[in-house]
Amino acid sequence: MIQVEHLSKTFRVAKRQSGFMAATKAFVSRETTAIHALQDVSFTIQEGEMVGYIGPNGAGKSTTIKMMCGILTPDQGQCLINGRIPWQDRVQHVKEIGVVFGQRSQLWWDVPVIDSFDLIRDIYQVDHPRYQKNLQELTALLDLGELLKTPARSLSLGQRMRCEIAASLLHDPKVLFLDEPTIGLDAVSKIAVRQFIKRLNQEKGTTVILTTHDMQDIEALTQRILLIGKGKILLDGRLDQLKQQFSDVKTVSLDYTGALPPLPASVQMVEETHGRAVMKVDPHFFSVAQLINFFSQHVEITDLAVASITAEEMVAKMYQEYHI
Amino acid sequence: MVYWHYFCIHLKSQLQYKVSFIFTALGQFLGSLTAFLGIWFMFTRFHQVNGFRFEEVLLCFATVLLSYSMAECFGRGFDLFPQMISNGEFDRALVRPRSLIFQVLASKMEFSRIGRLLQAVLVFFYVIPRSGVNWHLGTIVTLCLMIICGSIFFSLLFLVYAAISFFTIQGLEFMNIFTDGAREFGRYPFSIYGKQVLRILTYVVPMAWFQYYPFLYLIGQRTNPLWIASPLVCLVFAVPAIWFWRVGLKNYVSTGS
Amino acid sequence: MIKYRALFRIRFIHTLQYRSAAIAGMVTQFVWGMMEILAFHAFYQTDPTAFPMRFQQTVSYVWMQQAFLSLFMLWFFENEIFESITSGSIAYELARPMDIYHRWFCQSIANRSAKAVLRCLPIFAIAFLLPAPYRLVLPPTITTLFLFILSLLLSLGVVVSVSQLIYISTFYTLSSIGVRVVVGAIGEFLAGGIVPLPFFPQPFRQIAEVLPFAAMQNVPLRIYSGDLQGLDAIRSLLLQIFWLIVLFAFGKWWLKKALKRVVVQGG
Repeated sequence: MIQVEHLSKTFRVAKRQSGFMAATKAFVSRETTAIHALQDVSFTIQEGEMVGYIGPNGAGKSTTIKMMCGILTPDQGQCLINGRIPWQDRVQHVKEIGVVFGQRSQLWWDVPVIDSFDLIRDIYQVDHPRYQKNLQELTALLDLGELLKTPARSLSLGQRMRCEIAASLLHDPKVLFLDEPTIGLDAVSKIAVRQFIKRLNQEKGTTVILTTHDMQDIEALTQRILLIGKGKILLDGRLDQLKQQFSDVKTVSLDYTGALPPLPASVQMVEETHGRAVMKVDPHFFSVAQLINFFSQHVEITDLAVASITAEEMVAKMYQEYHI
Repeated sequence: MVYWHYFCIHLKSQLQYKVSFIFTALGQFLGSLTAFLGIWFMFTRFHQVNGFRFEEVLLCFATVLLSYSMAECFGRGFDLFPQMISNGEFDRALVRPRSLIFQVLASKMEFSRIGRLLQAVLVFFYVIPRSGVNWHLGTIVTLCLMIICGSIFFSLLFLVYAAISFFTIQGLEFMNIFTDGAREFGRYPFSIYGKQVLRILTYVVPMAWFQYYPFLYLIGQRTNPLWIASPLVCLVFAVPAIWFWRVGLKNYVSTGS
Repeated sequence: MIKYRALFRIRFIHTLQYRSAAIAGMVTQFVWGMMEILAFHAFYQTDPTAFPMRFQQTVSYVWMQQAFLSLFMLWFFENEIFESITSGSIAYELARPMDIYHRWFCQSIANRSAKAVLRCLPIFAIAFLLPAPYRLVLPPTITTLFLFILSLLLSLGVVVSVSQLIYISTFYTLSSIGVRVVVGAIGEFLAGGIVPLPFFPQPFRQIAEVLPFAAMQNVPLRIYSGDLQGLDAIRSLLLQIFWLIVLFAFGKWWLKKALKRVVVQGG
């Protein structure tokens, strides 16, 4: 279980000036500005939860993650993960977590992936039978077969990411931190990674904390979202509830034959081509059932689709509303 | 043991780049060769300095060279530590359940340093029969201790270098005075540089304990067998070095990268 | 020309930003100079007659060598140039309206000059004030000073021209480390960087003095210290000019050839 209470962190950054005179002045004296990375951040994550940690760049996501990994100490506040304080009990804490940094690899570059795995096994002191079992499972689930004999530098990004994820799970961590795991991946790899993570969470009960800018990751994986902006937690809730809270507006796509009647008020046309109309309707004013009824009286409906707001739209709205 | 596993992975990794390996080793060899030539040229003119003959001076030169190249080979992780911080590799080390000093040490091993090592060995081959040293158990142990303690000492200097890089990446050149400096100026017995320098190198940065004092025992200027253990004194430097590393680590963990 | 000045300015400012590096560098060089002089002093005390230069001249040589180290050192490379060649991004440079050889040349000169200006002043400040005989002294005449400055500029040109050749060789070898270290070590030695050329025993000295490396730090330092005077000095200057022209022209020609066979290495 993860308990984060009132975490705060301020960084001091040196100001760099441009121009010749400013550079000479800076040579003699240095000015700094304060950046409030985290301000009173608190949340609790139960075992086996899968949480999406989202927010714009610079909001404080990686700062929080670093603290939970034990890499950074806060100015104020507490954090307990499985009963331990990450930055104080580093070695013990780190044995139980796995981390995947999206852009930095933990594999040795010039040797086959399996050599990296073997060394990681030694570093984490995983006993042989357990290692073999994990390796077999991960190879099967992530389709690593051929990749194991290839040096990391020869792998494509999608292949490497699958190996990275496997590498971080060799020691059976209870908590997995994923920092932008699908960034730069092609569609097929993204789906593979998402399916794997979902399965991992369901079958092994691994707690997963995912930071991402890809809203489809959020849609596919997480039931819960933490939104952070300017160092503060702005939202904490279930995805579907948040969607409802932010917007009930439904998008209705209608394929029809015949002539389209003028739309009732509170129904907005988004896209109209011959035989197809995409509209937005707010169910508070005009229910979807009413809308279908209305159209079936004027045209012959050949196909119909109703969709809620996408996670992407919702997050864009959130950012707008919170000015982040 | 985990360290052996790291060793194998580095070896495997570097042997892939055979050409680069050979060239770097060659360059190293040439670099130390020119240092040797410099000394030789001076001695064709002067024949001795401060009472030390050419072969005796070569003993100092080869010891320092060998110690330094071994430290470079195995302690390179600390030498390249600033890179480890800036590319995030150190964060990865923080997330692994092993001692940090160990991980940094194990993160880099550069076998191409074998070039300098080879030069040192060659000089040793030349000088050992000619140096006029009485080679018995005592002097042999002394020489071994000089080399081993020298390597450890240089690695400790690299450790301090890495610790400084926790605070600033720019001021690191300062440390080169001691690492590169020791290698360069260690080619002559430290007494050549005068009393002041010798004093600093005895009490502040205790290099003279593995290069000069046991050397005097080797060439017979000191006869008390206690001098055989003198190289061990320089290991005292480990205390401030490790302390400084800890301070740096604490600072890093509280200010981020 | 305006573009080159802009590059120069940026480099200068860039180097000024790194305050602690500058201070650390100054201290390093001061210590280096002091230790070298102490070593020479020990040799001098052993046998003053075997000294090929006067002790004062050797002292001046060492201090000036340290003060202008960034102008003389062959080890000083622009890593970004190497990377742009090995990664293939040099291809993008071809799209810019600047002659690459000139651009690299100005970049190197700007970088080295910026560092030199920063470092020489503190070294002068201290070295002129040291007690004799470790003190740096001014050259005896204005003519000497003038010749020195001229020679200094020429040697900077020669050093950068040689480093250009090393950059260009990377087009062919892809791994720059070998060439860098080999040429760096040999060049440094033959330029009088380890031991001044007058200390070389006879056949070696004569050979070294006609090589292009002698046109690097050897000539200006010896002019300043007074070891090279009058006709000898003029002759050495002419040799410098010769090498500068040859290396510069060869470099330009070679670069043109190398660019034709640019191999783009994917990342």
